[in-house]
Amino acid sequence: MKIAIASGKGGTGKTTLAVNLASYAAQRAKVLLADLDVEEPNSGIFIAGHLLTEKTIFSMVPVWQQENCLMCGRCTKLCRFNALLQLGEKIIVMPQLCHSCYACSELCPASALPMEGKPLGILRHLKSRDLDFIESKLFIGIEQAVPLISQTLEYMSGNLSDHELELWDSPPGTSCPVITVTNAADFVLLVTEPTPFGLYDLNLTVETMEQLGKPFAVIVNRLGIGNDEVFKYCSKRNISVWTTFPDKRYIAELYSRGELIYPEVPEFRQSLDTILTNLDKIREQL
Amino acid sequence: MREIVILSGKGGTGKTSVAGSLALVAGKTAVIADCDVDAADLHLILKPERVKEEDFYSGYIAEIDFQKCSNCGRCLEVCRFGAVQKKKDQYYIDPVKCEGCGYCSYICPRGSIGMSEQKVGKLYHSHIRTGSLMIHASLGIGADNSGKLVARVKKDAQTTAEQNGYKYIIVDGSPGIGCPVISSLSGADFVLLITEPTRSALHDLKRVWELSQRFHLPAGCIINKADLNAEIRAEIEVFLQRNKILHLASLPYDNDFQRAITEGVSLVEYNSSKWSSCFQAIWQELSQTKEN
Repeated sequence: MKIAIASGKGGTGKTTLAVNLASYAAQRAKVLLADLDVEEPNSGIFIAGHLLTEKTIFSMVPVWQQENCLMCGRCTKLCRFNALLQLGEKIIVMPQLCHSCYACSELCPASALPMEGKPLGILRHLKSRDLDFIESKLFIGIEQAVPLISQTLEYMSGNLSDHELELWDSPPGTSCPVITVTNAADFVLLVTEPTPFGLYDLNLTVETMEQLGKPFAVIVNRLGIGNDEVFKYCSKRNISVWTTFPDKRYIAELYSRGELIYPEVPEFRQSLDTILTNLDKIREQL
Repeated sequence: MREIVILSGKGGTGKTSVAGSLALVAGKTAVIADCDVDAADLHLILKPERVKEEDFYSGYIAEIDFQKCSNCGRCLEVCRFGAVQKKKDQYYIDPVKCEGCGYCSYICPRGSIGMSEQKVGKLYHSHIRTGSLMIHASLGIGADNSGKLVARVKKDAQTTAEQNGYKYIIVDGSPGIGCPVISSLSGADFVLLITEPTRSALHDLKRVWELSQRFHLPAGCIINKADLNAEIRAEIEVFLQRNKILHLASLPYDNDFQRAITEGVSLVEYNSSKWSSCFQAIWQELSQTKEN
């Protein structure tokens, strides 16, 4: 069962929930934790393990071969991303704009645009006792996170498909990176906080999940700040709130040091139990 | 005109709270641009009154005309994104997966695949209570191309600032280091980094700062929740010093941030005696930083 942990707003506690739930659940079951927030992955700060695999992930982009080129200009007309430009007797490729659709390469009449790999980021597979941990990190300066996320998902489904529970720490926002992650999951946990910012962004994410047709539930973090509008919203829209986590300074302090919360805070552990019980019910429905 | 972009790498460190208070302090000298178009929240503090609204189109999506389609399956063969699917002997396009490259449309022997331009969001020009203007946007549900919408918000903010003689643009950015962030850095004059003394935030700060160096931008930093962890705070200070990043302020771990958000006001309005002088000092230093 693949569970994406997402939120519209950043900093609501996605990583906190992902690492604690993964580590706690791994005491009883075979669990895979994947950090798919490839722009700023933080799960690795909380999960120590030994490295099993490390590999560079590439996206394929065209490379111009002058000796073959007929200067017909078809490639520059084909490309809808403006990644190819004709300058005098030269074709300039702008790899940062390329979406790797292969149209220019495969439709070139002279085979003058073979595809070559451009490094996007690093995928690491670590093992921490009973927990498999995958982390992908985007190289700085690379614009598109989606190809790295997609290839990480492919790596997991190809190499690591025997886990009872997969927890995917997702990117913030509501656009392409988070859609790529949540669209491949069986169920989505939306982490929010009870403030107007949290609620506004939760609503955007709820509408995105509804559009994708993804089942989801809400977890309210930092209970105690803000107001009760998030709960009113959820009950009005018939969205189930599985559990809450309290707003406590000592939890923020544990987090700041890169430590897990549940070994130190019993009420945090109880909330994790509630989530695991609910996930068992979801598993039966799937 | 100087453009100051607020970034953090990690989400939830206080970018929007800082942007809101700086907007109040800067008053009529700065146009405000919300470039976190994915999950824009600054309008919840600044309560803009819209004076102009425009649909924003960007990118394309393929669509199969079932009347013309001969079911040859060439589109399925060439699509690299898994966007062409087959159900009951009929090919169709999954709009969520389609990247809009047009390969299928180009090779379809019957010309039965059209490409339609996508409305990805809305762009707004608004008045705010400081007497200044705010340019902001909302990205449509599930829409792509947030980088292009960010570029458009910035362009409109620059034009507005030029036409009305504003000296500054304050840009509230997105978390992360990917396309919307790169788009918000392009053409900026100064990057204001908001961080907090946590392992995660420091890791993310280093990455977003390194990205900003590709644009050769001078940088300043505000350490939020500074008293949360003394050891990491010291590490951040060393990092700032070593890389010549201006340490503008350290703000305390204080629930006023959440209380102000809950009341829909900036910190300097929520508790003026506590926050005004602090943000005025930050703004004074920021507005005096040298041109790049």
